[in-house]
Amino acid sequence: MKIEAPRPMFDTSELVLNMGPQHPSTHGVLRIVLRLDGERVVDADIVVGYLHRGIEKLCENRDWSQIILLTDRMDYVAAASSNLGYCETVEKLMSVEVPRRAQYIRTILGELQRIASHCLWLGTHAMDIGAMTVFLYAFRERELILDLFEEYCGARLTYNATRIGGLPLDIPPGWDKKVREFCHIMDSKLGEYETLLTHNRIWLDRTKGIGVIDGPEAIAMGLCGPTLRGSGVPRDVRKDEPYAAYDEFDFEVPIGTEGDTYDRYLVRLEEFRQSLRIIRQAVDGLPEGPIVGKVPRLIKPPAGETYHAVESPKGEIGFFIASDGRSTNPYRFRVRPPSFCNLQGLRRLIRGHLVADVVALIGSIDIVLGEVDR
Amino acid sequence: MVDTLVVPLLKIIILLNAVLVAVTYMVLLERKVIAWVQSRLGPMRVGPYGALQPIADAIKLMTKEDITPTRADRWVFTASPIIVMVPALIVFAVIPFGPEVELFGRSVPLYITDVNVGLLYIVSIASLGVYGIILAGWASNSKYPLLSSLRASAQLISYEVAVTMTLVSMVLMAGTLSMVGIVESQREAGLWFAFVQPVAFVIFFIGGLAETNRAPFDLPEAEQELTGGFHTEYSGMRFALFFLAEYANMIVISCVAVTLFMGGWLRPFPSVEALGFLDLVPSWIWFLFKTFVFLYVFLWIRATLPRYRYDQLMHIGWKVLIPIAIGNVVVTGIAKVLL
Repeated sequence: MKIEAPRPMFDTSELVLNMGPQHPSTHGVLRIVLRLDGERVVDADIVVGYLHRGIEKLCENRDWSQIILLTDRMDYVAAASSNLGYCETVEKLMSVEVPRRAQYIRTILGELQRIASHCLWLGTHAMDIGAMTVFLYAFRERELILDLFEEYCGARLTYNATRIGGLPLDIPPGWDKKVREFCHIMDSKLGEYETLLTHNRIWLDRTKGIGVIDGPEAIAMGLCGPTLRGSGVPRDVRKDEPYAAYDEFDFEVPIGTEGDTYDRYLVRLEEFRQSLRIIRQAVDGLPEGPIVGKVPRLIKPPAGETYHAVESPKGEIGFFIASDGRSTNPYRFRVRPPSFCNLQGLRRLIRGHLVADVVALIGSIDIVLGEVDR
Repeated sequence: MVDTLVVPLLKIIILLNAVLVAVTYMVLLERKVIAWVQSRLGPMRVGPYGALQPIADAIKLMTKEDITPTRADRWVFTASPIIVMVPALIVFAVIPFGPEVELFGRSVPLYITDVNVGLLYIVSIASLGVYGIILAGWASNSKYPLLSSLRASAQLISYEVAVTMTLVSMVLMAGTLSMVGIVESQREAGLWFAFVQPVAFVIFFIGGLAETNRAPFDLPEAEQELTGGFHTEYSGMRFALFFLAEYANMIVISCVAVTLFMGGWLRPFPSVEALGFLDLVPSWIWFLFKTFVFLYVFLWIRATLPRYRYDQLMHIGWKVLIPIAIGNVVVTGIAKVLL
């Protein structure tokens, strides 16, 4: 008979919990391997790659204008921003002048996209913390934006909304009026979200002091966008390196003070308002003129390489493109995806918090797995 | 013979069926109410305005494949939904839906039984349900259910204390543990106890939310965190039992709250003669109406509030509710002696 050594009465061990890739709150196919002490997270491994489609390599084998379609499929809830980023990068490489009207419309599309993306973020973030009504409300307003996009380019999710050198289409008649109406509706709906969350005691308890990260550390981790601004760093590509028509508009860059989940929430809510402000100015001052610049029929940028970044709703999305000057496809194509960079910070943010905070923090950094994995 | 056997048996059969139907329609009501809050329509396809949705749901759940995970503890896994469901149903035995009424020439009380320890019976039976949840989480042999069942047991035990403390102060007020007696004493006082004991009422309501695992205290089944919690591994009718038990518990808590704090079957302001015409409405309708109001508030809260975190929940339970409840008992006792 085998005699077992006496065991201590209470032995404790860490519980390894596999969260995802199929989990309702990992916003897609993110997998987090949590090591738990009770419900407290001791450490976490973030596993990505379940949605990898090899978009960057794929882009090196498509011609320049086909790539716009592929950029749609990275951040699929903010396709217009990726379109814009890519097209501006190629324009920079080719030194193409984009007409002012196109710049203005691009700005409007970009800001509408920001609101749509933030609506999705707000809904899912609140849902993760248990407030399910905000989700439906935010989607109701997102629907209006999708309708606007549908009217503009026919698509509701993957817009293919810009072209190298300009835009595929001018805005349909009456569209600017509808955008103005939307701004008016959105203004009042923002108050609705705020009454449900901003001063809600439970919401405050759940988000204040959760996932605190200070400015220097956030920069060191490479965080960007609202996640970085929540930590009090006023970095916004729209202000710092203006593109499209952003240098012609008045707007502020909201920043947080504490760097916790609540601050990131407030920053994004204020961005709703600033986006509306930009849209109003752009619609009011929309110049007349052509919508496409002088672009050769066959796009073949000169040999060279360039990097250009724009502010997508998630943060700074940058494109590095190298052209050999001979072929009709890029020699090297590389994206700096904001979701991926922000996801780097997640491990640091969730360590020491509870399981319930993990989902709050995933929502707080606002990732899209299509962009993380590409 | 008729009075001792047939009538009680008939009442049990009617009540059991009524409760089960009420529970299934409670699910529909919840979906509808939350849909209205969220500017949706809710179920609309099955029957007019989705009225037959519960039947469709029941058929779906019954015909679903019944899965027992291979590494689960088979017996405990099978038993735990039953352990959850049975206490939720038998508690109804002492709930008084109305006083004695004349029915076909004989006097029939609108409750199954009136035991002199009714309140104690409810407290003890209702707390049995948590065993089912703990065992379900344990027997599933899966990590999410395990975490969830630990949460559930901690939560139910700590809120049980606060709720029971409020019940003590109610017993001090009424001087009896009998549910019928408590309603009668409210009639004699001419006042609902909710007005005399507002603190106890609020604590009972919050504790009731927590005990039934409802939002904002629905941590054990927090879908976004624990993928459904203790019933993650359950499917088909066994899952349905957990689901029904939750709604049955909601109805129980509402019924108890109505009996203790809102005068049970009594009409509003039972002492005001001018409102005598309200007596035209049968007593049991008043009872059901008040219960419905409570249930509606449960759903309303679920649609509005985010969810508390586990440690915050324990904090509220032990550091806020229980001290206040104990203080309330002390104050009630002193007032009772002095007056």
